Amino acid sequence: MASLILRRLVLTLPVIWIVVTLVFGLIHMVPGDPVAQMLGEGAAVTQVERLRHELGLDRPFLEQYRTYIVGLLRGDLGVSFRNQESVASSILARYPATIELAAAAMVFSVVLAVPFGVVSAIRRGRAADRAIGFISLLGISLPSFALGPMLILLFSVVLGLLPVSGRDGFSHFVLPTATLGAAFAAITTRMVRGSMLEEIRQDYVRTARAKGLSERTVLFTHALRNGLIPVITVLGLQTGTLLAGAIITEMIFSWPGLGRLTFQAISARDYPLVQGCILTIALTYILINLITDLLYSVVDPRIRYD
Amino acid sequence: MTEFLRKNKLAVGGLVIVTALTLTAVFAPWFIPYDPADQDLVDRLQGPSWRHPFGNDDLGRDILSRILLGARVSMRVGATVVLLSGIAGVLIGGFAGYIGGKLDAFVTMVVINSLLAFPGILLAIALVAFLGPGLDRLIFALTIIGWVGYARLARGQVLKVKTLEFVEAARALGASRLRIFIRHILPNIIQPVLVQASIGMAGAILAEASLSFLGLGIAPPTPSWGAMLNDARNHLFDAPHMVVFPSIALALTVLSFNFLGDALRDWLDPRNL
Repeated sequence: MASLILRRLVLTLPVIWIVVTLVFGLIHMVPGDPVAQMLGEGAAVTQVERLRHELGLDRPFLEQYRTYIVGLLRGDLGVSFRNQESVASSILARYPATIELAAAAMVFSVVLAVPFGVVSAIRRGRAADRAIGFISLLGISLPSFALGPMLILLFSVVLGLLPVSGRDGFSHFVLPTATLGAAFAAITTRMVRGSMLEEIRQDYVRTARAKGLSERTVLFTHALRNGLIPVITVLGLQTGTLLAGAIITEMIFSWPGLGRLTFQAISARDYPLVQGCILTIALTYILINLITDLLYSVVDPRIRYD
Repeated sequence: MTEFLRKNKLAVGGLVIVTALTLTAVFAPWFIPYDPADQDLVDRLQGPSWRHPFGNDDLGRDILSRILLGARVSMRVGATVVLLSGIAGVLIGGFAGYIGGKLDAFVTMVVINSLLAFPGILLAIALVAFLGPGLDRLIFALTIIGWVGYARLARGQVLKVKTLEFVEAARALGASRLRIFIRHILPNIIQPVLVQASIGMAGAILAEASLSFLGLGIAPPTPSWGAMLNDARNHLFDAPHMVVFPSIALALTVLSFNFLGDALRDWLDPRNL
């Protein structure tokens, strides 16, 4: 197991390097002068030159790259040019809120997806399967920025049951979690269904039935345990979408997390802060996929021996 | 085909809506009831009425006209992105898979893997945030994240097809590598690519709307469903119709392409049924 972890870690390093390089390169993709773009029209030449110097953009390209990498290794992501705060500390202050929301959305979707996926598979082709299939497609098709406001309309405006924004207690979590997790739940349901359909055809399921086990034991103790293995990978891959989706969900519900910070940074053209946010989200995604990979080999020993 | 469509009503529904949408996208400028940029401040935030069936927005513009014209933006971005990323992905991924060796290793290990290291939509947001908003940049960003899926699919298919006997026969007859790739391999991998294109259309339309919602899409006053939903955010309490109608339009469109993609997959590969 230790050698597996080490091997995966080594394989992840080049990916991290490429991501860091791409994020570093972003500011050089700004058409024209990024500093002038940040300051807007009418900025004095001295002001432009001062900011250019502060951001290190007046130095040779390779030196900028070296400084960026060295800074990153020290945990220094630069300084926000709008409020002069350290980008790393701004991100750290908002990070927990996003992780909380993403985790809640993930739990929400798994809790919905597993039973619905299983029911859909065992009732294949019948009304229940069709209804679940239709609802999941609807979940995939309705984006969070349409679903979120509709949920606010229904539960906050019409029924007056849930708060529109804030992060103080359980009730504040309900709408953002459902908004962020809906598409995720839909995709996972389809995945669980597909995976269960594969499993219930297998010989070991027939054996379990032939032994006289109850249908519940056959499905949940035997088939589902194997059926969930491929689902874990999808969960890992989908967290990326979840983290990126947080940008929109947090904006709708004024959730004080990394997503909203990213949006605010983009609107303010605070390029160092945008770079920091994008890098943090991408690195979190890589880390989660690494963990998923390892988890996958824990639950399915076949992978370890390959 | 007829038998399949007769049994698969959702696919028929999808096909009908997609056709209607395409026609709307092409002919909208000729039949929209009002100029979508026309402001009428007296009617601002008015709910649905006979004169304005979907109501008016915060500047008094007719929402129905804006939704109809918004279909044009969605379909244009969707079709262009799917076409560009489909062609680029199939050619790059397919050719890499066909040639194999170092080219294949470079394309899959370096290019595809590094692009996949980002959540797709995050990369698109990052690109447009730095490149600046605008239709061409939006299409560029969505193509950059879009082609990878086609490349992976095409590569996998080519690896399967290139070992088949008819490819060997063509080679034995002296056909060049390029000819074999274009005339013999490509036509045989196109089916799954079409399924991916239909689902990809839904994805591209959603991504366009997401970026427009974040203010990174098409510049106002050109109507886009995503941007309309962003405008609606500030009027949830006084003008809920501003949220409802663009949401329905968007969901219906994406749903139709997803239905179509699902049906196409089942039709081409009946094992999925």
